[in-house]
Amino acid sequence: MHPAEPIFKGDAAMSAKYKHFRLETDRDGLVWVTMDKQGASTNTFSKDVMEELSALIDDLVAMKPRAMILRSGKDSGFIAGADVEEFKAARSVDDALAIVRRGWDTFNKLAAVPFPTVALVRGFAMGGGLEVTLACKYRIAVDEPATRFALPEVMLGILPGWGGVMRLPRLVGPTAALDIMLTGKTVDARKAKRIGLVDAAVPPRVMENAARMMALEAPPQKKLPLKERMMAGPLKGMVANMARKQVAKRARPEHYPAPYAILDLWQKYDGDPFAPPAGSAASMATLASHPTTANLIRVFALQERLKSLGKESDFTAKHVHVIGAGVMGGDIATVCAMRGLTVTLQDQNAERLAPAVKRAHDLVRKRVKDKYRARDTMDRLIPDVAGDGIRRADVIIEAIFENLEVKQNLFAEVEAKAKPTAILATNTSSLKLADISKKMKDPARLVGIHFFNPVPQMMLVEIVKGDATRPELAKDAAAFVRQIDKLPLPVKDAPGFLVNRVLGPYMANAFRLIDEGIAPETLDKAAEQFGMPMGPIALADTVGLDICAAAGKSLAGADAKPPACLVKRLEANKLGKKSGEGFYRYEKGKAVKGQAGPVTDDLIERLIAPYLAEARKTVDEKIVADAELADGGLIFGTGFAPFRGGPMHYLAERGRA
Amino acid sequence: MTTKPIYIIDGARTPFLKAKGKPGPFMASDLATQAGRALLNRLPFAPTDLDEVILGAASPSADEVNIGRVVALRLGAGQHVPGWTVMRNCASGMQALDSAIANMEAGRANLVLAGGVDALSRAPLLFSETMVHWLANFYAAKTSGQKAAVLARFKLANLAPVIGIMKGLTDPNVGLIMGQTAENLAWRFGISREQQDEFAVRSHQRLTRAQEQGVLDGNGTGGHAEVVPVFDDRGHLYALDDGVRRDSSMQGLAKLKPFFDKKYGTVTAGNSSQVTDGAAWLVLATEEGVKRHGLAPVGRIVDSQWAGLDPTQMGLGPVHASTPILARHGLGLNDLDAWEINEAFAAQVLGCLAAWKDPGYSEEHLGLDKPLGELDTEKLNIDGGAIALGHPVGASGARIVLHTLNVLRRTGGKRGIATICIGGGQGGAMLVEAL
Repeated sequence: MHPAEPIFKGDAAMSAKYKHFRLETDRDGLVWVTMDKQGASTNTFSKDVMEELSALIDDLVAMKPRAMILRSGKDSGFIAGADVEEFKAARSVDDALAIVRRGWDTFNKLAAVPFPTVALVRGFAMGGGLEVTLACKYRIAVDEPATRFALPEVMLGILPGWGGVMRLPRLVGPTAALDIMLTGKTVDARKAKRIGLVDAAVPPRVMENAARMMALEAPPQKKLPLKERMMAGPLKGMVANMARKQVAKRARPEHYPAPYAILDLWQKYDGDPFAPPAGSAASMATLASHPTTANLIRVFALQERLKSLGKESDFTAKHVHVIGAGVMGGDIATVCAMRGLTVTLQDQNAERLAPAVKRAHDLVRKRVKDKYRARDTMDRLIPDVAGDGIRRADVIIEAIFENLEVKQNLFAEVEAKAKPTAILATNTSSLKLADISKKMKDPARLVGIHFFNPVPQMMLVEIVKGDATRPELAKDAAAFVRQIDKLPLPVKDAPGFLVNRVLGPYMANAFRLIDEGIAPETLDKAAEQFGMPMGPIALADTVGLDICAAAGKSLAGADAKPPACLVKRLEANKLGKKSGEGFYRYEKGKAVKGQAGPVTDDLIERLIAPYLAEARKTVDEKIVADAELADGGLIFGTGFAPFRGGPMHYLAERGRA
Repeated sequence: MTTKPIYIIDGARTPFLKAKGKPGPFMASDLATQAGRALLNRLPFAPTDLDEVILGAASPSADEVNIGRVVALRLGAGQHVPGWTVMRNCASGMQALDSAIANMEAGRANLVLAGGVDALSRAPLLFSETMVHWLANFYAAKTSGQKAAVLARFKLANLAPVIGIMKGLTDPNVGLIMGQTAENLAWRFGISREQQDEFAVRSHQRLTRAQEQGVLDGNGTGGHAEVVPVFDDRGHLYALDDGVRRDSSMQGLAKLKPFFDKKYGTVTAGNSSQVTDGAAWLVLATEEGVKRHGLAPVGRIVDSQWAGLDPTQMGLGPVHASTPILARHGLGLNDLDAWEINEAFAAQVLGCLAAWKDPGYSEEHLGLDKPLGELDTEKLNIDGGAIALGHPVGASGARIVLHTLNVLRRTGGKRGIATICIGGGQGGAMLVEAL
């Protein structure tokens, strides 16, 4: 037993009653309830766990303990929330409502027990995992990077129906609560303490003692500041309306009803999911039957599937060598360093490395809050003009400009120096692996690991298997991509792979529509109405019109006639956002847009049709293994409207309708 | 002489960055980390394979007092590799090497990263002693009446800071600033202002030439650069020793006023070493270490010597430390192919050369029947020295050992001596051999 553990009286009889919980009473008369879901590595509130908790609370009330402390017996974290599999399996709206009812009643019962209750949270507390802590009187967070609180329900198109919408605003005030509920973002231990979500954030060495003292002392509950009480009281309607406006900037109610439902539920029904009348937008029934909900749950499943593709190999890298310190190469290096890898970053001279070092510092400063860990991250990112890291690296990624001969020579050189077990990868987006590997002794050693800009934000990474690529190598590459917390997608070595292949005709078509006289503003608005995060023209400006032209050429062939609107701008050196003007003019990095014309269904259809047609072709041509992977790749790689569940799914649904 | 062969595997340093009147862009541990990681990256073992890390530092900052351990961890040597810090003023970096040698001779280590560092631009400003006493009284005062009484005794002059680096460069036994000990040598051996300035100009010219020929970037030493670039957190690149004055001239130097003995002296900021930030490392290994990790040694440290002398004459330390090594190996001054005498002051290096020529000094202080004679200055500091590239106190001792070896490799020489004077009246020297 850990020396810091309290001394317990045996409660073997008590514990034997439960499958998923252990009960121990310490010498102070505190009952420690350890949740340890049977046969699972992660705690989730499946049906039987929730029912057992409900029975356990009844038993506790009968025991009349001095206080109760709830903690997790899993190394992976506290509680991950509801069992998403059960939610996915729910056949009807009634099934879904039964899940909500179970948690709502259980947590209300927990909140009403007559003795102090403390949740001791180490690791993630997501969704129902956070809501159960809200039903406790006190919360203690262990101050470690892994400790994170979130209500991610909104991202699945549902709402925190186990008391989250009711209790969180009461605890931390509407400002912080709405922010958490409407975005699904995570809060670490220190922020949780700052906003009042937890009563203390403590290091692990004192966590048991902190929980014990909190339970014994049972201090009075803190009151919210006056401003927050006003916002939850007389100003509630105004606050809700302001929040609706904020949400509307990111999500249309017809596409994403959940955030609006959360606001309604808070404003009008004090978070009780059973209060709204049938048919109201805030009702669970309405939400559960909305197609977006099923589609977002599908997106979640697609993400899990992409993650699982990294589990087919137990390859782990310690050292990554990146060649080419441009924006792409530099960002790849920084992302790897932030994930704990030692990284050497090579370019022709130190002057070329300097801007990458600056970008890395800027990103690390933003992403790694602890100054010591930030320093460690930067210490691991080693500028390496001589390329000494090639000999040590487990993964070598080439991210230089697209010149076939230079890449051929580079890989011949790299192959000679690298460890025999190292992954040799190219980040090429337009060259064939079979060509790049021409001068290698063993072309089977080359794989494509294709990142997307901006690397720190883009989740998807294409794993390109050339005809010669050793199959295990592609699996190793996918495992590496998981190691740096990205989503791997195996693709065939065909021009454009998946993402650029589908974007190509979509963009080319958009340029043609401009040549036909449609305003860029109108096109972008049409795309946004369909649900794209960014219209094609704004995307072109962001990527750079020169890059678009080059990509178009490599996909359509050098003989294809480039769109006039593109040629005109390139000739005037209007390259997009980076040069200050492309299709739009940019002031301080923001596009100056004119009035959009009317958007008709016909225009949306004309804009999206080439995208959908090309997506279907990639499946037919086996660029990816199946339609599901095409959907996953295009959602995480191009931002294709997530609420539609992916282009292939959308086509299938449309066919059905 | 070392009791078993001590091999130099490789070495690297940061550019030496001149202090510009405000804290420089790097903490000392930043400099040591950036030079160390570049060095380790080009060697065929992992940082965790090191047996220990030893770092010399004359003025580590208050938040990284055991800077050797701080840097070992930052380099990824892992929790199990011990790291420690040594201090022997200007020879701290050389002391680190010698401590590594001692542990390797004793069989306690076979592969050691050793070097030196200082970020003199970040030397602290200190409260004066009167201010410290005033503060103590103020905090001790309990009632507001008592506090008011202490407040009334406050004088603005209390706030005048003590400049940490001036304290560090002042001898605590004889009360002389280092530059004043150099004035002593100029006076004793009749070294003129012009001779000192000439020496300084030559130092700048030689470093300029070395930079132009790329010899510090690995030209002539198999591509393994002595100077590795460093980057600050705004992405600024520092690739060269930036204290060098390519246009240094007698006319220019003549305009400077004596700095240490104001008005009447001869030692100026121009013919003294510069206040500078920098770090230098060597990887040392025993025979066993070489075999175990498949290393390719480039040199050996054959012998080392420490010596003590009158603190007011501390600049002659190299004479006292090198002479016994020469005697042990039966060598004359010019039997060596390269000499690095750290240029704390032009007067001090010239003083060393004069002492070796001086029958009286040789007999009285070195116990020699006749003087060793004239050291060929074409073998001395051929790529310039601390007057041109600066003297980040803790780093210099390691730098000159590394550079001696690099000069030998480049010129095809066999043996050389790196030697340094030490504030407080000491000298250190190492006999280096190229393989």
